[in-house]
Amino acid sequence: MAQRQLPPETLPQVLVLRPPSVFKAVEEEFSKKFQFLKAWESPLPIHLFLSSHARHVTALLCSGISPVTADILQQLPSVRLIVTTSAGLNHIDLLECRVRGISVANAGDVFSEDVADTAVGLFIDVLRKITSADRYVRGGSWAVNGDYPLGSKLGGKRVGIVGYGNIGSKVAKRLEAFGCIISYNSRKKKPSVSYPYYQNVCELAANNDCLIVCCALTDQTHHMINKQVMRALGKEGVIVNIARGAIIDEQEMVRLLVEGQLKGVGLDVFENEPNVPKELFGLDNVVLSPHRAVFTEESFRDLFDLVVGNLEAFFANKPLLTPVMDG
Amino acid sequence: MASSQEKETMGEDLDRTKLPQILIHRYPPFTVPCKHRLLRKFQLLEPDDSILPTHSFLAEYAQSVRVILCVGPSPVDSRTLDCFPSLQCVVGTSAGVDHIDLAECSRRGISVTSAGDAFSDDVADYAVGLLFDVLRRISASNRYVRAGLWPLKGDFPLGSKIGGKTIGIVGMGSIGIRVAKRLEAFDCHIAYNSRKKKPCFPFPYYENVPDLAAESDALIICCALTDKTRHIINRDVMKALGKEGVIINVGRGALVNEKDLVKFLVEGQIGGAGLDVFENEPNVPKELFGLDNVVLSPHRAVATPESLQALEEVVIGNLDAFFSNKPLISQVPHE
Repeated sequence: MAQRQLPPETLPQVLVLRPPSVFKAVEEEFSKKFQFLKAWESPLPIHLFLSSHARHVTALLCSGISPVTADILQQLPSVRLIVTTSAGLNHIDLLECRVRGISVANAGDVFSEDVADTAVGLFIDVLRKITSADRYVRGGSWAVNGDYPLGSKLGGKRVGIVGYGNIGSKVAKRLEAFGCIISYNSRKKKPSVSYPYYQNVCELAANNDCLIVCCALTDQTHHMINKQVMRALGKEGVIVNIARGAIIDEQEMVRLLVEGQLKGVGLDVFENEPNVPKELFGLDNVVLSPHRAVFTEESFRDLFDLVVGNLEAFFANKPLLTPVMDG
Repeated sequence: MASSQEKETMGEDLDRTKLPQILIHRYPPFTVPCKHRLLRKFQLLEPDDSILPTHSFLAEYAQSVRVILCVGPSPVDSRTLDCFPSLQCVVGTSAGVDHIDLAECSRRGISVTSAGDAFSDDVADYAVGLLFDVLRRISASNRYVRAGLWPLKGDFPLGSKIGGKTIGIVGMGSIGIRVAKRLEAFDCHIAYNSRKKKPCFPFPYYENVPDLAAESDALIICCALTDKTRHIINRDVMKALGKEGVIINVGRGALVNEKDLVKFLVEGQIGGAGLDVFENEPNVPKELFGLDNVVLSPHRAVATPESLQALEEVVIGNLDAFFSNKPLISQVPHE
């Protein structure tokens, strides 16, 4: 039996500053459940729009492309819930939310498998040179120039996981099946985890062949992968980043890559998306992805269900599905 | 006076002639693996490198040769075998042995060995890498970023989740089982077709490849090329796999009807392909170059320095075993 379609004006209102990727994919379905106040469609500057149209709004849907700052929140005195479509929270002023008693819900575990898959996929690609070999063949070089250089075996490689959370643990499970040797660094040692723990990232780097960055971006982790860490990893080192660009000192990494001081990198995230340092375009040992590798049709479906679930719970005064902060 | 190295090359060292003889069967550009190690233990007979014309060389050595080191895909057929009446063993250096006439060797009581498991891990790793690349459009998105399109055009098409997919493995040998183990860690479901069902494997078995394809989201081709498996991936299989289906080939190009595959890909009748091997290497059908849902690889799935090291051990191990009358390490069974 088809659900009775409620008229839009009776649907609960949700403010959206800029449309998250998932929003664009499933807008029609979203709009059957909620009335969206679309700030980006207004010609007014954002603060003016908010103060004239959004003072009554109680729920805000956001993502990494629309940071929720203290300034923004000041224009939204009625907001009680922020739902972000990402697992990451670095674009939300959490302290301000706590002060104002605003609840925050995120994407929970919806992307974790896809993110872990991406980390491993990029890792295989960089070590075995899959993308660069594809470029070689497409350029017609195989028939003319002969064999492409060898890649490097995965089995036996020591992989250091930076951040052993939901994603880090899934990455570890996958890499074990390839015969990699796992160790990790995290905010705290995990007693239930049997892999070797290193207290700081520099030590982790010094004892591994590769680093896979899986942690959250916070004040403590900003530029945590710096010159010292990358030098400790060494010339044969590989880095994969599927977390946040700013965890790595990007300028330093680019310099080391150009100078041949790193074996290769696989990056789905960058410090200043969608801008990617041009020096990387000419390098064969670099695989670049436009912060999409974690988005699949399946995870978008799951994300849609989760976002709707959180919003519906909020409007019905029920517990949130994936709260990271309860106001 | 010749240096010891020169003596080695010229075979003038008297002791060398007492070492067991191995005939090197090698088409250029393939090179003998671990030659320096072999020279310490064996007398290498190299007709292609000899100053003697081939027939003179053969006249001198052919009667006594008991073992051939077949380098790369250098063909060993009846004519080759006819030259060496005392031949007892062909030691191959590749995982595949489709370039060796196994039936003829069996008829003449000649054992054949391959690279055994030396390359299996690397091929399995690569197969998973190719599958991932196709499903999640990694190479395509890399091209997109390098073309500067990310700031201009914004988003890129969504990929497809790996977990939950049913992956049909064609050929459940040493490579296939390793592919299965890796994909299980991604929460894939595994199904397979092989010459025979393997009772100890927990995965669903399908007697023929079209049936396997009908139940699978992707096929990974890891079997040997034989008369029976030539073009085993044909249009029936591709139709059964369906429009969203993906084919990954790390076996031999001729396992797939390449012309049909290209047609299906160009017409959008199949979801995508990751190909490390082709029917006529190094020539790759040009129609594939323009497709974003295809990943092309220059027959590199086997190749890492580490696996080449492992190959050396297998080759020397087989040669040592042969000359000491011990069981061969990686004998290819002939059915």
